[in-house]
Amino acid sequence: MRLWIARQRYLIDFTLASLARRKTKNIGLVLVFALLVFALASVTLLTSALRQEAARVLAQSPEVLLQRMVAGRHDLIPPGYIERIGRIRGVQQVEGRLWGYYYDAVVKANYTFQVAADDPPPAGRIVVGPGLARFRGVQAGNVLSFRSYSGKLFTFTVDAVLPAESELVSADLVLLNEADFRAFFDYPAGHFTDIALSVANPQEVRTVATKLAAALPDSRPILRDEVLRTYQSIFDWREGIALALLSAAILAFAILAWDKASGLSAEEKREIGILKAIGWETGDVIRMKLWEGMLVSLGAFLLGYLAAYVHVFHFSAALFAPVLKGWAVLYPSFTLVPAIDGLQVAPLLFFTVFPYAVAVLVPIWRAAITDPDAVMRG
Amino acid sequence: MIELDDIHKAFNQGQPNEYWALSGIDLTLAAHEATVFSGPSGSGKTTLLTLLGCLARPTRGRVRLRDEDVSGLPERFLTEIRRRTFGFVFQQFNLVRGLSALDNVMLPAYPLGLPYGQLREKAENQLASLDLGHRREARVEWLSGGEQQRVAIARALINDPEVIIADEPTANLDTALSRQFLDILTRLIDEGRTVLLTSHDPLVVESSVVDRVVRLRDGRLVDSAA
Repeated sequence: MRLWIARQRYLIDFTLASLARRKTKNIGLVLVFALLVFALASVTLLTSALRQEAARVLAQSPEVLLQRMVAGRHDLIPPGYIERIGRIRGVQQVEGRLWGYYYDAVVKANYTFQVAADDPPPAGRIVVGPGLARFRGVQAGNVLSFRSYSGKLFTFTVDAVLPAESELVSADLVLLNEADFRAFFDYPAGHFTDIALSVANPQEVRTVATKLAAALPDSRPILRDEVLRTYQSIFDWREGIALALLSAAILAFAILAWDKASGLSAEEKREIGILKAIGWETGDVIRMKLWEGMLVSLGAFLLGYLAAYVHVFHFSAALFAPVLKGWAVLYPSFTLVPAIDGLQVAPLLFFTVFPYAVAVLVPIWRAAITDPDAVMRG
Repeated sequence: MIELDDIHKAFNQGQPNEYWALSGIDLTLAAHEATVFSGPSGSGKTTLLTLLGCLARPTRGRVRLRDEDVSGLPERFLTEIRRRTFGFVFQQFNLVRGLSALDNVMLPAYPLGLPYGQLREKAENQLASLDLGHRREARVEWLSGGEQQRVAIARALINDPEVIIADEPTANLDTALSRQFLDILTRLIDEGRTVLLTSHDPLVVESSVVDRVVRLRDGRLVDSAA
């Protein structure tokens, strides 16, 4: 065992010396390789963290949402619906929600206006999302004016700014009380945007949804699990788009790596001949080159992954956030909770390190099994 | 020590450019002697040396080393024999560029896994015995032709082989350096080693160090007298 370790140490020693001798070429290769890993790892780390973030935030939302449909489009809930739902068994709480969209021509962004269910702000006051506060440059105590769709100007005092932790889903939010909301949008009395239901027993959610669909055939129940799944697929889709865009880079790198790894320079062939002639076994030469491939690809992988980690969790994925995070028009800025998913690291490691190591081995194998007498002939 | 029995060696066998470099060589080489293979270019000297040094296998015939037939051994065993028995000094020296003289000398011993301190000391001693101690950390491409050859000799000696094989050792050296090489050769013979050389340099062929001259022409033995 000690002999084996000593031999490996000599091989690694020689490999490092070999890499250092072709410094420019190898550093270039490691950088390109690391850049690719960085891009791929940034996308996967960010989307994975976003999925977790969305799941965490949505865990607080109601189990079922009910929307009324007219001609396949979302319409207002008329008076009387809430009372009818209250009689369905298993429904713990029913609450009519009021929300709508507002386009702010000043910053060219869409806001979501919503009536706060708990502890609504007093009349004439609003609570705003951190994205909006940043874009409009406001803080608690400032005044914000919006011209409503009917043309009237409304002025609100900012009561508070929502905490940054929830920014993923609250960046563009404006919370206000019911009277202000109805006045701002000219919303008819007794009508609601949709209905939020809480169901005590999670096993009954689907049954309640079926009962709702039967009792109110013009309505559409939306389950929290479905919303969560939709978010997951949105991030999956965005991840897919980003990876598709990166595929050209992956292909370019694959060609570069294959070219570098599968071809041997005359100098390298000569060296293999010398090593064999002076008593290295074919296995020693192959092990040495395997170490070389491993050191280059693993080194580049670690470098790229580390850079991606820092990029995503310390610099909020500045390079990919606009593609992957995008929420309405106000891009949320929040610190993601660092998380590494082993199941994501493993394929990335496998698909970057393994093909390179194999590509290195094929030509080495061919060169190493030939008779070393060629070296005798200069 | 080494016996060659009806050795033939062909290159590109079965191809239109088939070429027989050696034909019907029968030869016995004694231990602790210096033998020179001499002959014009293309006479098969270097090919014969590669067969003697287990760098290649004959197309036909037998090579026996200490009465053991090595001509049919797989590469793995030939490598082991090469490492333990032979030390090579190539015509172009074939040092690994970018490495120091010391690293080049230690290279053949890496697969043996000796403790580093012991190996380094051995390599330093070899270089010092060839008056190269002061150049041990220099990269080989910075050394003169004579120095490079001495590094190649030190490398050939690192595993303490019984047989030293040198291909045209004076081809790239001037007269003074060639004489220096012959002095080293005398020392190797005195140490009890067997030396096999190819050369058509009269300085080597006619040297008193040489015990035997084997002459070749067109892949056949012309004269193998002692």
